[in-house]
Amino acid sequence: MRHDLFIAGFGGQGVLLAGNLLSYAAIIEGKNVSFFPSYGVEKRGGAAMCTVVIADGDVGSPVIGNPSVTIALNQTSLDKFGSKVKPGGICIVNTSLVNLEAFGRRDIEIIRVPMNDIAMGLGDARMVNMVAVGVYVAKTGAVNSATLEEALKSALPERNHSFIPANMKAIEAGAEFARAKTS
Amino acid sequence: MTKRLFVKGNEAVAMAAIEAGCRYYFGYPITPQSDIPEYLSRELPRLNGEFIQAESEIASINMLLGASATGVRAMTSSSSPGISLKQEGISYMAGSELPGVIVNISRSGPGLGGIDASQSDYFQAVKGGGHGGYHIVVLAPSSVQEMYDLTMLAFDLADIYRMPAMVLADSVVGQMKEPLVPNKRPAADLPDKDWAVRGKGDGEQRVVKSLFLGDGELEAHNWKLYRKYQELKARECRWEACQTDDADLLVAAFGSTARIAKTAIMMAREEGLKVGLLRPITLFPFPERAFLEATERTKKVLVVELNTGQMVEDVRLSVARDAEVAFYGRPPGAGSLPTPEELLEQIRQHY
Amino acid sequence: MQQVFKRPISLKDVQTHFCPGCHHGTIHRLVAEALDEFGVQGRTIGVASVGCSVFLYGYFDIDVVEAPHGRASAVATGVKRARPDNFVFTYQGDGDLAAIGTAEIIHAANRGEDITVIFVNNTTYGMTGGQMAPTTLVGQKTSTSPYGRNQHKDGAPIRMAELLAQLEGVAFSARVAVNNPKNIIDAKRQFKKAFRYQVEGKGFSFIEALSACPTNWGMNAIAANERVGSEMADYFKLGVFKNTDNM
Repeated sequence: MRHDLFIAGFGGQGVLLAGNLLSYAAIIEGKNVSFFPSYGVEKRGGAAMCTVVIADGDVGSPVIGNPSVTIALNQTSLDKFGSKVKPGGICIVNTSLVNLEAFGRRDIEIIRVPMNDIAMGLGDARMVNMVAVGVYVAKTGAVNSATLEEALKSALPERNHSFIPANMKAIEAGAEFARAKTS
Repeated sequence: MTKRLFVKGNEAVAMAAIEAGCRYYFGYPITPQSDIPEYLSRELPRLNGEFIQAESEIASINMLLGASATGVRAMTSSSSPGISLKQEGISYMAGSELPGVIVNISRSGPGLGGIDASQSDYFQAVKGGGHGGYHIVVLAPSSVQEMYDLTMLAFDLADIYRMPAMVLADSVVGQMKEPLVPNKRPAADLPDKDWAVRGKGDGEQRVVKSLFLGDGELEAHNWKLYRKYQELKARECRWEACQTDDADLLVAAFGSTARIAKTAIMMAREEGLKVGLLRPITLFPFPERAFLEATERTKKVLVVELNTGQMVEDVRLSVARDAEVAFYGRPPGAGSLPTPEELLEQIRQHY
Repeated sequence: MQQVFKRPISLKDVQTHFCPGCHHGTIHRLVAEALDEFGVQGRTIGVASVGCSVFLYGYFDIDVVEAPHGRASAVATGVKRARPDNFVFTYQGDGDLAAIGTAEIIHAANRGEDITVIFVNNTTYGMTGGQMAPTTLVGQKTSTSPYGRNQHKDGAPIRMAELLAQLEGVAFSARVAVNNPKNIIDAKRQFKKAFRYQVEGKGFSFIEALSACPTNWGMNAIAANERVGSEMADYFKLGVFKNTDNM
């Protein structure tokens, strides 16, 4: 099985952490993975984007033109990458910040998730990326959500390990939201 | 199974250098390779090594020359514009038969160009980028694991053949993260460095130089270097052949481009197209025989590069006489990294 | 019978290629005497530069690394860092050190590399055939300043010993001449001081030796010797510009 994914948003929304987390989980599960961040000349405040490919066998290209899934955390991400999703693929959209009115794709599944609202409901706006990971994992099964807890230990610096339960709660909330939507 | 780490390609290079016993690093900051000096500036002092951020790439390569002349394992790293500056020193090292590892996380040009992934320095790397008609070993990793393993190999080949060795990669392989098994330094049969300067004591004077003024001396020296290159070609060619046995079309690519091509080939196979990948791992010595043998069966080759056509020349020189060699290139720059879907289209066209 | 004068053991018993009246031979001898004096010949690694001094390995009985043009102090940095217990010196001319190798010498000095740099200033590119050097005096005619060095177009000659003395990393900087016995005796003393700094691990030492190049100056040896003492020493003052032990 091969899963490829774009995650995109503002710098500071935790795009790269989300990609790292999924990668660590894949490694724990004995899978192969590549994590490719795109970077610009600016250091801060710009757009953040990464490509993650998870595979049982050869990962192949770390660069993807048309991914099967895109997570868009803000409007510019949807505008830029929404059109790239492979026909029949999935676009997970943070509707707290993204307006979908002008988005015309009918050939993909669009999952609308008010990520900021969910994260705020849990008491921490920074958990947007974890909500997104929860939705993605529930939707695709790319990695097991149980593995994510262990992966957080690698993805987060030791000083932030006390936040692992809060991160897990956000992942759970995202997964719960996705399951409620699709059932 | 050894625990797999999850690291950046550039970090893998630095880790491998340390595992290979390199304790001396000299460099100058340049994007997109600065993770290498950053890592080594942190780790080498703890290992009683030396890290110098030099005043220029020119100084860096000459510090490498000096350290290497004493017989220690030493390295420098840079990116294309900086590698241009190092060419003088690389030529002197080649002439003086000094080992030493040079990492080029190359970027786009000419001139200041940009910081995007590039394969435009293939010619510079494999044809002897400085003056005097020499070659250096050039290794082209296409994964984080290979960044690690080939960096260690570069140190061994440099020592065995007494010549500089380059690890040629780009920001795709340098900046991406992948699982890495941090292998132990492989056992290698390394020659004594009985040429290294050490202070003669009661022994014979040793001189490390590239100046040969005696009648016939320099010609003989050049033939000696030539024989070394021939020996490299005979013994050290490395390549990866993937699904080539039944292929009607061979895709040839190295480094990051080979990775992109691999997915394109998987997609082509799903469509029933018999396509294989032939990926040179050593760019010098170029795996000429591998191309000759593969094209005795498969008559169509599509070379893909992040430039307007460089390795394709070596491919054309290597293939069977009746093989057709086509080329697809994207000169490097922002937004010019090809996608697997794009290469699939090229495969369909040339199949 | 007592032998009062002999070849330093650090020098090989060979003839040099230097022109009659050239000062390289004398400066070589002073370097060799200092190596003998401190008993470091066996652990010395010399770094040769490009120019008339390129054949260092042919005259000194020591291990030698040959550096690209201007890069000797960067090469010496690599050597010394890898082998801190060795005595390491460079021997560079004015084109090598003060033109193409300016960045390398400034930064090696500024890092306070524990090496000794011998800088031979003869106001011209000797081996290349007498072109204008960064130390060519104003008005001096060379093969590339046929009308004389023009300060407005070519700048004034660089005083390296004074310039380097400004840098924190430099422990010792002096300028000497070897055009007469008195100056040679004084030069010998300064060479010893410069070498002592490194032997004692006290940092970067620099010694500039004014030198004659009769061939490219179009003079005989005597006239060339006189020029060193007059015209050259007027602009390039002899003396010690930094001596941290006395500070």
